[in-house]
Amino acid sequence: MQQFTCPYCGPRDQSEFTYGREATSVPALDASAAEWQRFVYERDNPAGPHAEWWHHNHGCRQWLEIVRDTLTHEVLAIRAARPPEDRG
Amino acid sequence: MRYSIFSLVRQAFAGHRGWDEAWRTPEPKKQYDVVIVGGGGHGLATAYYLAKNHGVSNVAVLEKGYIGGGNTGRNTTIVRSNYMLDDNAHFYEWSLKLWHQLSTDLNYNTMFSPRGVLNLAHTEGQRDQYFRRGNRMLLNGIDAEWMTREDIARFIPHLDCSDNPRFPILGGLMQRRGGTARHDAVAWGYARAASALGVDIIQNCEVQGFAREGNRVVAVETSRGRIGAGKVGIAVAGNSGRVAGMVGLKLPIETHVLQAFVSEPLKPMLDTVVTYGAGHFYMSQSDKGELVMGGDLDFYPSYAQKGNIPILEEAVAAGLQMFPILSRVRMMRHWGGVMDMTLDGSPIIAKTPIDNFYLNGGWCYGGFKATPASGWVFAHTIAHDAPHELNRAHTLERFETGHVIDDKGAGPVAQWH
Ligand SMILES: Cc1cc2nc3c(=O)[nH]c(=O)nc-3n(C[C@H](O)[C@H](O)[C@H](O)COP(=O)(O)OP(=O)(O)OC[C@H]3O[C@@H](n4cnc5c(N)ncnc54)[C@H](O)[C@@H]3O)c2cc1C
Ligand SMILES: [Zn+2]
Repeated sequence: MQQFTCPYCGPRDQSEFTYGREATSVPALDASAAEWQRFVYERDNPAGPHAEWWHHNHGCRQWLEIVRDTLTHEVLAIRAARPPEDRG
Repeated sequence: MRYSIFSLVRQAFAGHRGWDEAWRTPEPKKQYDVVIVGGGGHGLATAYYLAKNHGVSNVAVLEKGYIGGGNTGRNTTIVRSNYMLDDNAHFYEWSLKLWHQLSTDLNYNTMFSPRGVLNLAHTEGQRDQYFRRGNRMLLNGIDAEWMTREDIARFIPHLDCSDNPRFPILGGLMQRRGGTARHDAVAWGYARAASALGVDIIQNCEVQGFAREGNRVVAVETSRGRIGAGKVGIAVAGNSGRVAGMVGLKLPIETHVLQAFVSEPLKPMLDTVVTYGAGHFYMSQSDKGELVMGGDLDFYPSYAQKGNIPILEEAVAAGLQMFPILSRVRMMRHWGGVMDMTLDGSPIIAKTPIDNFYLNGGWCYGGFKATPASGWVFAHTIAHDAPHELNRAHTLERFETGHVIDDKGAGPVAQWH
Protein backbone atom coordinates (compact mmCIF):
# COMPACT_ATOMS: atom_id res chain seq x y z
CA MET A 1 0.00 0.00 0.00
CA GLN A 2 1.12 3.56 -0.65
CA GLN A 3 2.45 5.42 2.39
CA PHE A 4 2.14 9.08 3.31
CA THR A 5 4.77 10.62 5.61
CA CYS A 6 2.76 12.52 8.19
CA PRO A 7 4.80 15.44 9.63
CA TYR A 8 3.66 14.35 13.10
CA CYS A 9 3.59 10.53 12.88
CA GLY A 10 6.08 9.62 10.15
CA PRO A 11 5.34 7.14 7.33
CA ARG A 12 1.86 5.59 7.62
CA ASP A 13 -0.41 3.58 5.32
CA GLN A 14 -2.60 5.65 3.05
CA SER A 15 -5.68 3.90 4.46
CA GLU A 16 -5.14 5.78 7.76
CA PHE A 17 -5.88 9.04 5.96
CA THR A 18 -9.15 10.40 4.57
CA TYR A 19 -9.32 12.72 1.61
CA GLY A 20 -11.08 15.99 2.41
CA ARG A 21 -11.12 18.25 -0.61
CA GLU A 22 -8.92 20.42 -2.83
CA ALA A 23 -6.89 22.88 -0.76
CA THR A 24 -7.89 26.48 -1.35
CA SER A 25 -8.51 29.58 0.70
CA VAL A 26 -11.67 29.44 2.80
CA PRO A 27 -14.04 32.37 2.17
CA ALA A 28 -14.59 34.86 4.96
CA LEU A 29 -17.76 34.40 7.02
CA ASP A 30 -19.29 37.48 5.38
CA ALA A 31 -18.16 36.58 1.85
CA SER A 32 -20.76 36.86 -0.91
CA ALA A 33 -23.02 33.91 -1.79
CA ALA A 34 -21.26 33.67 -5.16
CA GLU A 35 -17.90 33.27 -3.44
CA TRP A 36 -19.28 30.53 -1.19
CA GLN A 37 -20.87 28.80 -4.16
CA ARG A 38 -17.48 28.69 -5.91
CA PHE A 39 -15.83 27.35 -2.76
CA VAL A 40 -18.42 24.61 -2.19
CA TYR A 41 -19.05 23.54 -5.78
CA GLU A 42 -16.28 24.47 -8.22
CA ARG A 43 -13.21 22.31 -8.64
CA ASP A 44 -9.96 22.68 -10.58
CA ASN A 45 -9.84 18.88 -10.90
CA PRO A 46 -6.47 18.77 -12.71
CA ALA A 47 -4.76 15.70 -14.15
CA GLY A 48 -1.38 16.31 -12.51
CA PRO A 49 -0.18 18.02 -9.32
CA HIS A 50 -3.08 18.83 -7.00
CA ALA A 51 -3.00 20.49 -3.56
CA GLU A 52 -5.36 18.62 -1.25
CA TRP A 53 -6.49 18.52 2.35
CA TRP A 54 -6.32 15.11 3.98
CA HIS A 55 -7.24 14.14 7.54
CA HIS A 56 -4.98 11.72 9.42
CA ASN A 57 -8.06 10.38 11.17
CA HIS A 58 -6.61 7.01 12.17
CA GLY A 59 -3.43 8.69 13.49
CA CYS A 60 -2.79 12.10 14.98
CA ARG A 61 -6.15 13.43 13.70
CA GLN A 62 -4.47 16.51 12.23
CA TRP A 63 -5.38 18.00 8.85
CA LEU A 64 -2.56 17.94 6.32
CA GLU A 65 -1.97 19.63 3.00
CA ILE A 66 -0.65 17.13 0.46
CA VAL A 67 0.42 17.96 -3.08
CA ARG A 68 -0.24 14.77 -5.02
CA ASP A 69 -0.04 13.97 -8.71
CA THR A 70 -3.48 12.68 -9.69
CA LEU A 71 -2.05 10.86 -12.70
CA THR A 72 0.71 8.93 -10.88
CA HIS A 73 -0.40 9.22 -7.20
CA GLU A 74 3.14 10.46 -6.38
CA VAL A 75 3.28 12.68 -3.28
CA LEU A 76 5.18 15.87 -4.12
CA ALA A 77 4.86 17.71 -0.80
CA ILE A 78 3.24 17.14 2.56
CA ARG A 79 2.86 19.53 5.48
CA ALA A 80 0.51 20.41 8.31
CA ALA A 81 -2.50 22.30 6.96
CA ARG A 82 -2.23 24.65 9.89
CA PRO A 83 1.23 24.74 11.50
CA PRO A 84 1.28 24.67 15.36
CA GLU A 85 2.51 28.28 15.59
CA ASP A 86 -0.73 29.43 13.86
CA ARG A 87 -3.03 27.84 16.40
CA GLY A 88 -4.68 29.91 19.07
CA MET B 1 -26.13 -4.56 -44.37
CA ARG B 2 -29.04 -5.52 -42.11
CA TYR B 3 -28.23 -8.17 -39.55
CA SER B 4 -30.75 -11.02 -39.43
CA ILE B 5 -30.94 -14.78 -39.27
CA PHE B 6 -30.84 -14.79 -43.10
CA SER B 7 -27.67 -12.70 -43.36
CA LEU B 8 -26.11 -14.94 -40.72
CA VAL B 9 -26.97 -18.12 -42.63
CA ARG B 10 -25.81 -16.61 -45.92
CA GLN B 11 -22.49 -15.58 -44.36
CA ALA B 12 -22.08 -18.94 -42.68
CA PHE B 13 -22.17 -20.60 -46.10
CA ALA B 14 -19.79 -17.96 -47.51
CA GLY B 15 -17.22 -18.56 -44.78
CA HIS B 16 -18.02 -15.24 -43.07
CA ARG B 17 -15.95 -13.36 -45.64
CA GLY B 18 -18.68 -11.00 -46.81
CA TRP B 19 -19.45 -8.97 -43.71
CA ASP B 20 -19.13 -5.17 -44.19
CA GLU B 21 -17.30 -2.94 -41.78
CA ALA B 22 -19.80 -2.11 -39.04
CA TRP B 23 -19.07 1.61 -39.37
CA ARG B 24 -17.19 3.72 -41.91
CA THR B 25 -13.73 5.13 -41.18
CA PRO B 26 -13.73 8.49 -42.98
CA GLU B 27 -11.14 11.26 -42.99
CA PRO B 28 -12.41 14.25 -40.99
CA LYS B 29 -14.19 16.91 -43.08
CA LYS B 30 -13.30 20.61 -42.80
CA GLN B 31 -16.59 21.51 -41.14
CA TYR B 32 -19.51 19.84 -39.37
CA ASP B 33 -22.84 21.16 -38.13
CA VAL B 34 -22.24 19.40 -34.83
CA VAL B 35 -19.02 18.00 -33.36
CA ILE B 36 -19.37 15.59 -30.45
CA VAL B 37 -16.24 15.12 -28.35
CA GLY B 38 -15.94 11.64 -26.83
CA GLY B 39 -16.77 8.33 -28.51
CA GLY B 40 -18.20 6.51 -25.50
CA GLY B 41 -21.79 5.30 -25.39
CA HIS B 42 -23.10 8.78 -24.63
CA GLY B 43 -21.32 10.57 -27.47
CA LEU B 44 -22.29 7.87 -29.98
CA ALA B 45 -25.91 7.74 -28.80
CA THR B 46 -26.11 11.53 -29.07
CA ALA B 47 -24.88 11.42 -32.66
CA TYR B 48 -27.34 8.66 -33.51
CA TYR B 49 -30.36 10.49 -32.11
CA LEU B 50 -29.23 13.81 -33.68
CA ALA B 51 -29.45 12.08 -37.05
CA LYS B 52 -32.47 9.89 -36.34
CA ASN B 53 -34.73 12.15 -34.27
CA HIS B 54 -33.66 15.60 -35.48
CA GLY B 55 -32.42 15.08 -39.04
CA VAL B 56 -28.98 16.52 -38.16
CA SER B 57 -26.54 14.12 -39.82
CA ASN B 58 -23.57 16.34 -40.70
CA VAL B 59 -22.09 15.25 -37.39
CA ALA B 60 -18.67 14.01 -36.28
CA VAL B 61 -17.83 12.05 -33.15
CA LEU B 62 -14.19 12.65 -32.20
CA GLU B 63 -12.60 10.00 -30.00
CA LYS B 64 -9.02 10.25 -28.73
CA GLY B 65 -8.55 6.47 -28.52
CA TYR B 66 -10.95 3.82 -29.80
CA ILE B 67 -14.70 4.00 -29.33
CA GLY B 68 -15.96 2.45 -26.12
CA GLY B 69 -12.41 2.36 -24.70
CA GLY B 70 -13.34 4.68 -21.81
CA ASN B 71 -15.83 3.90 -19.09
CA THR B 72 -18.31 2.36 -21.51
CA GLY B 73 -15.97 -0.60 -22.05
CA ARG B 74 -14.93 -0.76 -18.39
CA ASN B 75 -18.25 -0.78 -16.61
CA THR B 76 -20.14 -3.56 -14.87
CA THR B 77 -23.25 -2.90 -17.00
CA ILE B 78 -25.98 -2.64 -14.38
CA VAL B 79 -29.10 -1.09 -15.86
CA ARG B 80 -31.90 0.11 -13.54
CA SER B 81 -34.20 3.05 -12.84
CA ASN B 82 -34.67 2.68 -9.08
CA TYR B 83 -34.26 6.36 -8.21
CA MET B 84 -36.20 8.31 -5.64
CA LEU B 85 -36.22 11.94 -6.76
CA ASP B 86 -38.59 12.74 -9.62
CA ASP B 87 -36.05 14.41 -11.92
CA ASN B 88 -33.80 11.35 -11.90
CA ALA B 89 -36.65 8.83 -11.76
CA HIS B 90 -38.31 10.02 -14.97
CA PHE B 91 -35.01 10.38 -16.81
CA TYR B 92 -33.72 6.89 -15.91
CA GLU B 93 -37.12 5.31 -16.48
CA TRP B 94 -37.15 6.67 -20.04
CA SER B 95 -33.69 5.18 -20.43
CA LEU B 96 -34.90 1.79 -19.20
CA LYS B 97 -37.78 1.90 -21.70
CA LEU B 98 -35.30 2.59 -24.49
CA TRP B 99 -33.10 -0.30 -23.29
CA HIS B 100 -35.98 -2.72 -23.63
CA GLN B 101 -36.20 -2.10 -27.39
CA LEU B 102 -32.63 -1.01 -28.13
CA SER B 103 -31.45 -4.14 -29.94
CA THR B 104 -34.41 -3.92 -32.34
CA ASP B 105 -34.00 -0.20 -32.85
CA LEU B 106 -30.26 -0.47 -33.60
CA ASN B 107 -30.50 -3.81 -35.43
CA TYR B 108 -27.63 -4.88 -33.18
CA ASN B 109 -27.76 -7.33 -30.32
CA THR B 110 -26.91 -5.34 -27.19
CA MET B 111 -27.61 -8.49 -25.14
CA PHE B 112 -29.86 -6.57 -22.79
CA SER B 113 -30.94 -9.01 -20.11
CA PRO B 114 -33.68 -7.85 -17.71
CA ARG B 115 -32.63 -10.26 -14.98
CA GLY B 116 -33.58 -7.95 -12.11
CA VAL B 117 -31.54 -5.78 -9.74
CA LEU B 118 -31.88 -6.57 -6.04
CA ASN B 119 -30.66 -4.20 -3.30
CA LEU B 120 -30.27 -6.05 0.01
CA ALA B 121 -31.29 -4.44 3.31
CA HIS B 122 -29.58 -5.39 6.56
CA THR B 123 -31.05 -3.02 9.14
CA GLU B 124 -34.54 -1.82 9.94
CA GLY B 125 -33.57 1.73 9.08
CA GLN B 126 -32.36 0.61 5.70
CA ARG B 127 -35.52 -1.42 5.16
CA ASP B 128 -37.68 1.64 5.88
CA GLN B 129 -35.54 3.71 3.53
CA TYR B 130 -36.03 1.08 0.78
CA PHE B 131 -39.80 1.04 1.42
CA ARG B 132 -39.79 4.79 0.95
CA ARG B 133 -37.80 4.63 -2.28
CA GLY B 134 -39.87 1.70 -3.56
CA ASN B 135 -43.11 3.54 -2.85
CA ARG B 136 -41.89 6.62 -4.64
CA MET B 137 -40.88 4.48 -7.60
CA LEU B 138 -44.37 2.95 -7.71
CA LEU B 139 -45.94 6.41 -7.58
CA ASN B 140 -43.77 7.37 -10.54
CA GLY B 141 -45.00 4.32 -12.48
CA ILE B 142 -41.75 2.38 -12.07
CA ASP B 143 -41.75 -1.28 -10.99
CA ALA B 144 -40.50 -2.01 -7.49
CA GLU B 145 -41.03 -4.99 -5.27
CA TRP B 146 -40.15 -5.84 -1.68
CA MET B 147 -38.67 -9.32 -1.26
CA THR B 148 -38.57 -10.93 2.18
CA ARG B 149 -35.59 -12.88 3.41
CA GLU B 150 -37.45 -16.13 2.59
CA ASP B 151 -38.22 -14.95 -0.98
CA ILE B 152 -34.57 -14.08 -1.46
CA ALA B 153 -33.30 -17.38 -0.06
CA ARG B 154 -35.40 -19.21 -2.67
CA PHE B 155 -34.46 -16.79 -5.46
CA ILE B 156 -30.66 -16.82 -4.87
CA PRO B 157 -29.84 -20.20 -3.31
CA HIS B 158 -26.10 -19.48 -2.86
CA LEU B 159 -26.68 -16.26 -0.93
CA ASP B 160 -26.19 -16.66 2.83
CA CYS B 161 -29.61 -15.65 4.17
CA SER B 162 -29.03 -17.19 7.61
CA ASP B 163 -28.38 -15.38 10.88
CA ASN B 164 -24.68 -16.23 10.68
CA PRO B 165 -23.27 -13.19 8.82
CA ARG B 166 -22.24 -10.12 10.78
CA PHE B 167 -25.05 -8.22 9.01
CA PRO B 168 -27.88 -10.68 8.30
CA ILE B 169 -30.17 -9.99 5.35
CA LEU B 170 -33.60 -8.61 6.27
CA GLY B 171 -35.03 -8.41 2.77
CA GLY B 172 -34.46 -6.43 -0.37
CA LEU B 173 -35.81 -3.99 -2.91
CA MET B 174 -36.11 -5.60 -6.31
CA GLN B 175 -36.54 -3.98 -9.72
CA ARG B 176 -37.30 -6.84 -12.11
CA ARG B 177 -37.15 -4.76 -15.30
CA GLY B 178 -33.53 -3.84 -14.55
CA GLY B 179 -30.60 -6.03 -15.52
CA THR B 180 -27.42 -5.99 -17.57
CA ALA B 181 -26.29 -5.47 -21.18
CA ARG B 182 -23.14 -6.06 -23.19
CA HIS B 183 -21.04 -2.88 -22.85
CA ASP B 184 -19.04 -3.06 -26.11
CA ALA B 185 -22.14 -3.94 -28.10
CA VAL B 186 -23.77 -0.71 -26.95
CA ALA B 187 -20.88 1.39 -28.28
CA TRP B 188 -20.61 -0.65 -31.48
CA GLY B 189 -24.38 -0.76 -32.08
CA TYR B 190 -24.77 2.99 -31.73
CA ALA B 191 -21.66 3.59 -33.87
CA ARG B 192 -22.94 1.35 -36.64
CA ALA B 193 -26.43 2.84 -36.61
CA ALA B 194 -25.11 6.42 -36.49
CA SER B 195 -22.60 5.79 -39.27
CA ALA B 196 -25.37 4.36 -41.45
CA LEU B 197 -27.25 7.67 -41.03
CA GLY B 198 -24.20 9.68 -42.16
CA VAL B 199 -22.38 10.42 -38.92
CA ASP B 200 -18.55 10.38 -39.19
CA ILE B 201 -16.86 8.44 -36.40
CA ILE B 202 -13.26 9.55 -36.12
CA GLN B 203 -11.03 7.57 -33.81
CA ASN B 204 -7.48 8.39 -32.68
CA CYS B 205 -8.45 12.05 -32.77
CA GLU B 206 -7.77 13.89 -29.52
CA VAL B 207 -9.39 17.26 -28.90
CA GLN B 208 -6.71 19.62 -27.61
CA GLY B 209 -8.42 22.99 -27.67
CA PHE B 210 -11.21 25.12 -29.08
CA ALA B 211 -11.09 28.19 -31.33
CA ARG B 212 -13.44 30.92 -30.10
CA GLU B 213 -15.09 33.94 -31.70
CA GLY B 214 -16.73 36.03 -29.02
CA ASN B 215 -18.94 33.79 -26.95
CA ARG B 216 -19.00 31.01 -29.53
CA VAL B 217 -16.79 28.07 -30.38
CA VAL B 218 -16.05 27.99 -34.13
CA ALA B 219 -13.62 25.11 -34.42
CA VAL B 220 -12.07 22.23 -32.58
CA GLU B 221 -8.27 21.85 -32.49
CA THR B 222 -7.39 18.19 -32.67
CA SER B 223 -4.41 15.88 -33.05
CA ARG B 224 -5.62 15.49 -36.65
CA GLY B 225 -5.93 19.20 -37.36
CA ARG B 226 -8.56 21.87 -37.06
CA ILE B 227 -12.21 20.91 -37.58
CA GLY B 228 -14.86 23.60 -37.97
CA ALA B 229 -18.00 23.19 -35.84
CA GLY B 230 -21.42 24.83 -35.85
CA LYS B 231 -22.09 23.43 -32.38
CA VAL B 232 -19.98 21.39 -29.97
CA GLY B 233 -21.17 18.86 -27.40
CA ILE B 234 -18.79 17.16 -25.00
CA ALA B 235 -19.38 13.69 -23.51
CA VAL B 236 -15.97 12.79 -22.10
CA ALA B 237 -16.88 11.36 -18.65
CA GLY B 238 -13.83 11.49 -16.33
CA ASN B 239 -12.19 14.07 -18.58
CA SER B 240 -15.11 16.54 -18.39
CA GLY B 241 -13.13 18.97 -16.24
CA ARG B 242 -10.14 18.94 -18.58
CA VAL B 243 -12.12 19.42 -21.79
CA ALA B 244 -14.47 22.04 -20.30
CA GLY B 245 -11.35 23.74 -18.93
CA MET B 246 -10.22 24.28 -22.54
CA VAL B 247 -13.05 26.82 -22.91
CA GLY B 248 -12.47 28.23 -19.42
CA LEU B 249 -15.36 26.49 -17.63
CA LYS B 250 -14.90 25.22 -14.09
CA LEU B 251 -17.26 22.40 -13.20
CA PRO B 252 -18.74 20.97 -9.98
CA ILE B 253 -17.01 17.69 -10.84
CA GLU B 254 -14.13 15.69 -9.35
CA THR B 255 -12.51 12.78 -11.15
CA HIS B 256 -12.24 9.60 -9.08
CA VAL B 257 -11.28 6.01 -9.84
CA LEU B 258 -13.79 3.16 -9.69
CA GLN B 259 -12.55 -0.41 -9.89
CA ALA B 260 -14.16 -3.62 -11.04
CA PHE B 261 -12.99 -7.21 -11.22
CA VAL B 262 -14.05 -10.56 -12.63
CA SER B 263 -13.51 -14.12 -11.50
CA GLU B 264 -12.55 -17.12 -13.56
CA PRO B 265 -15.59 -18.47 -15.47
CA LEU B 266 -17.91 -20.65 -13.39
CA LYS B 267 -21.01 -22.68 -14.11
CA PRO B 268 -24.26 -20.68 -13.87
CA MET B 269 -24.83 -19.73 -10.22
CA LEU B 270 -26.42 -16.27 -10.21
CA ASP B 271 -29.15 -15.12 -12.60
CA THR B 272 -29.73 -11.63 -11.23
CA VAL B 273 -27.78 -8.58 -10.05
CA VAL B 274 -27.41 -8.35 -6.29
CA THR B 275 -26.00 -5.49 -4.19
CA TYR B 276 -24.82 -5.64 -0.58
CA GLY B 277 -26.40 -3.08 1.73
CA ALA B 278 -24.08 -3.12 4.75
CA GLY B 279 -21.03 -2.08 2.76
CA HIS B 280 -20.38 -1.57 -0.91
CA PHE B 281 -20.30 -4.63 -3.12
CA TYR B 282 -22.33 -5.89 -6.05
CA MET B 283 -22.20 -8.89 -8.34
CA SER B 284 -23.70 -10.45 -11.42
CA GLN B 285 -22.62 -13.30 -13.67
CA SER B 286 -21.70 -12.72 -17.30
CA ASP B 287 -22.79 -14.94 -20.15
CA LYS B 288 -19.26 -16.38 -20.20
CA GLY B 289 -19.68 -17.43 -16.57
CA GLU B 290 -17.37 -14.84 -15.01
CA LEU B 291 -18.61 -13.22 -11.82
CA VAL B 292 -18.55 -9.46 -12.42
CA MET B 293 -17.96 -7.55 -9.20
CA GLY B 294 -17.44 -4.03 -7.97
CA GLY B 295 -17.31 -1.95 -4.83
CA ASP B 296 -16.54 1.56 -3.70
CA LEU B 297 -14.63 4.40 -5.29
CA ASP B 298 -11.02 4.76 -4.14
CA PHE B 299 -12.12 7.91 -2.24
CA TYR B 300 -9.58 10.38 -3.60
CA PRO B 301 -9.25 12.20 -6.93
CA SER B 302 -7.36 10.25 -9.56
CA TYR B 303 -6.88 10.09 -13.30
CA ALA B 304 -4.89 6.86 -13.07
CA GLN B 305 -7.04 4.18 -14.66
CA LYS B 306 -5.99 1.72 -11.97
CA GLY B 307 -7.02 1.30 -8.37
CA ASN B 308 -5.69 0.47 -4.94
CA ILE B 309 -5.74 -2.85 -3.11
CA PRO B 310 -7.48 -1.94 0.21
CA ILE B 311 -10.71 -1.11 -1.62
CA LEU B 312 -10.51 -4.38 -3.46
CA GLU B 313 -10.02 -6.30 -0.21
CA GLU B 314 -12.99 -4.58 1.35
CA ALA B 315 -15.21 -5.43 -1.59
CA VAL B 316 -14.10 -9.05 -1.59
CA ALA B 317 -14.72 -9.33 2.17
CA ALA B 318 -18.29 -8.13 1.67
CA GLY B 319 -18.72 -10.52 -1.23
CA LEU B 320 -17.57 -13.47 0.85
CA GLN B 321 -19.98 -12.59 3.59
CA MET B 322 -22.80 -12.78 1.07
CA PHE B 323 -21.51 -15.78 -0.86
CA PRO B 324 -19.26 -18.00 1.31
CA ILE B 325 -19.23 -20.43 -1.64
CA LEU B 326 -16.79 -18.06 -3.41
CA SER B 327 -13.96 -18.42 -0.89
CA ARG B 328 -11.72 -20.37 -3.27
CA VAL B 329 -12.67 -18.71 -6.55
CA ARG B 330 -9.75 -17.07 -8.37
CA MET B 331 -9.80 -13.54 -9.75
CA MET B 332 -9.03 -13.20 -13.40
CA ARG B 333 -8.88 -9.47 -14.22
CA HIS B 334 -9.10 -6.19 -12.38
CA TRP B 335 -9.22 -2.65 -13.78
CA GLY B 336 -10.35 0.90 -13.11
CA GLY B 337 -12.07 3.75 -14.91
CA VAL B 338 -12.12 7.48 -14.20
CA MET B 339 -15.50 8.69 -12.98
CA ASP B 340 -16.92 12.17 -13.41
CA MET B 341 -18.32 12.59 -9.87
CA THR B 342 -20.60 15.61 -9.45
CA LEU B 343 -21.14 17.24 -6.10
CA ASP B 344 -24.79 16.16 -5.86
CA GLY B 345 -24.41 12.72 -7.45
CA SER B 346 -26.59 13.56 -10.48
CA PRO B 347 -25.50 14.24 -14.05
CA ILE B 348 -25.30 17.53 -15.94
CA ILE B 349 -26.85 17.50 -19.43
CA ALA B 350 -27.09 21.12 -20.31
CA LYS B 351 -26.31 24.31 -22.11
CA THR B 352 -23.31 26.19 -20.77
CA PRO B 353 -22.40 29.90 -20.49
CA ILE B 354 -20.83 29.52 -23.98
CA ASP B 355 -23.50 29.92 -26.69
CA ASN B 356 -22.97 26.81 -28.81
CA PHE B 357 -21.10 24.59 -26.36
CA TYR B 358 -23.06 21.84 -24.57
CA LEU B 359 -22.09 19.64 -21.66
CA ASN B 360 -22.95 16.00 -21.00
CA GLY B 361 -21.12 14.72 -17.92
CA GLY B 362 -21.15 14.03 -14.23
CA TRP B 363 -22.33 10.44 -14.66
CA CYS B 364 -20.63 9.24 -11.51
CA TYR B 365 -20.56 5.44 -11.47
CA GLY B 366 -24.01 4.99 -12.95
CA GLY B 367 -23.90 6.39 -16.46
CA PHE B 368 -24.01 3.20 -18.48
CA LYS B 369 -27.70 2.67 -17.78
CA ALA B 370 -28.29 6.29 -18.81
CA THR B 371 -26.70 5.87 -22.25
CA PRO B 372 -29.88 5.75 -24.40
CA ALA B 373 -31.75 8.54 -22.59
CA SER B 374 -28.62 10.63 -22.25
CA GLY B 375 -28.10 10.53 -26.01
CA TRP B 376 -31.81 11.16 -26.56
CA VAL B 377 -32.04 14.32 -24.44
CA PHE B 378 -28.56 15.63 -25.26
CA ALA B 379 -29.35 15.42 -28.98
CA HIS B 380 -32.56 17.34 -28.28
CA THR B 381 -30.70 19.96 -26.23
CA ILE B 382 -28.14 20.50 -28.99
CA ALA B 383 -30.64 20.46 -31.88
CA HIS B 384 -33.10 22.86 -30.20
CA ASP B 385 -30.62 24.85 -28.11
CA ALA B 386 -32.99 24.08 -25.23
CA PRO B 387 -33.32 21.17 -22.83
CA HIS B 388 -35.75 18.29 -23.29
CA GLU B 389 -38.50 17.85 -20.70
CA LEU B 390 -36.44 15.10 -19.05
CA ASN B 391 -33.21 17.04 -18.52
CA ARG B 392 -34.72 20.41 -17.62
CA ALA B 393 -33.46 20.05 -14.06
CA HIS B 394 -30.00 18.66 -14.88
CA THR B 395 -28.45 22.09 -15.38
CA LEU B 396 -25.10 23.52 -14.46
CA GLU B 397 -26.79 26.44 -12.68
CA ARG B 398 -28.54 24.22 -10.15
CA PHE B 399 -25.45 24.36 -7.94
CA GLU B 400 -25.76 28.16 -7.80
CA THR B 401 -29.49 28.31 -7.24
CA GLY B 402 -29.64 25.50 -4.69
CA HIS B 403 -31.75 23.16 -6.83
CA VAL B 404 -29.31 20.27 -6.49
CA ILE B 405 -30.58 16.74 -7.23
CA ASP B 406 -29.09 14.79 -4.34
CA ASP B 407 -30.81 11.38 -4.42
CA LYS B 408 -28.71 10.10 -1.53
CA GLY B 409 -28.90 13.26 0.57
CA ALA B 410 -25.12 13.07 0.98
CA GLY B 411 -24.13 16.71 0.53
CA PRO B 412 -21.46 18.40 -1.60
CA VAL B 413 -18.72 15.77 -1.27
CA ALA B 414 -18.01 13.93 -4.52
CA GLN B 415 -16.92 10.60 -3.04
CA TRP B 416 -19.99 10.25 -0.80
CA HIS B 417 -22.41 9.90 -3.71
C1 LIG C 1 -15.55 0.00 -13.01
C2 LIG C 1 -16.79 0.72 -13.45
C3 LIG C 1 -18.04 0.16 -13.22
C4 LIG C 1 -19.20 0.82 -13.62
N1 LIG C 1 -20.40 0.19 -13.45
C5 LIG C 1 -21.53 0.76 -13.93
C6 LIG C 1 -22.75 0.05 -13.86
O1 LIG C 1 -22.82 -1.09 -13.39
N2 LIG C 1 -23.87 0.65 -14.33
C7 LIG C 1 -23.83 1.90 -14.87
O2 LIG C 1 -24.88 2.40 -15.25
N3 LIG C 1 -22.68 2.59 -14.96
C8 LIG C 1 -21.52 2.05 -14.52
N4 LIG C 1 -20.32 2.72 -14.62
C9 LIG C 1 -20.33 4.10 -15.16
C10 LIG C 1 -20.39 4.12 -16.67
O3 LIG C 1 -19.39 3.28 -17.20
C11 LIG C 1 -20.15 5.53 -17.19
O4 LIG C 1 -20.91 6.49 -16.49
C12 LIG C 1 -20.57 5.62 -18.66
O5 LIG C 1 -20.06 4.55 -19.40
C13 LIG C 1 -20.08 6.92 -19.24
O6 LIG C 1 -20.21 6.90 -20.63
P1 LIG C 1 -19.58 8.06 -21.47
O7 LIG C 1 -19.90 7.80 -22.88
O8 LIG C 1 -20.02 9.35 -20.86
O9 LIG C 1 -18.01 7.95 -21.14
P2 LIG C 1 -16.83 7.07 -21.75
O10 LIG C 1 -17.28 5.74 -22.19
O11 LIG C 1 -15.71 7.16 -20.78
O12 LIG C 1 -16.48 7.88 -23.05
C14 LIG C 1 -15.80 9.12 -23.03
C15 LIG C 1 -14.81 9.09 -24.16
O13 LIG C 1 -14.23 10.38 -24.31
C16 LIG C 1 -12.93 10.21 -24.79
N5 LIG C 1 -12.18 11.44 -24.55
C17 LIG C 1 -11.77 11.97 -23.38
N6 LIG C 1 -11.06 13.11 -23.59
C18 LIG C 1 -11.06 13.31 -24.93
C19 LIG C 1 -10.49 14.32 -25.77
N7 LIG C 1 -9.79 15.35 -25.26
N8 LIG C 1 -10.66 14.21 -27.11
C20 LIG C 1 -11.35 13.16 -27.65
N9 LIG C 1 -11.91 12.19 -26.89
C21 LIG C 1 -11.76 12.26 -25.56
C22 LIG C 1 -12.42 9.01 -23.98
O14 LIG C 1 -11.32 8.39 -24.62
C23 LIG C 1 -13.65 8.13 -23.91
O15 LIG C 1 -13.67 7.11 -24.88
C24 LIG C 1 -19.12 2.09 -14.24
C25 LIG C 1 -17.88 2.65 -14.48
C26 LIG C 1 -16.71 1.97 -14.11
C27 LIG C 1 -15.37 2.58 -14.42
ZN1 LIG D 1 -0.36 12.02 11.77
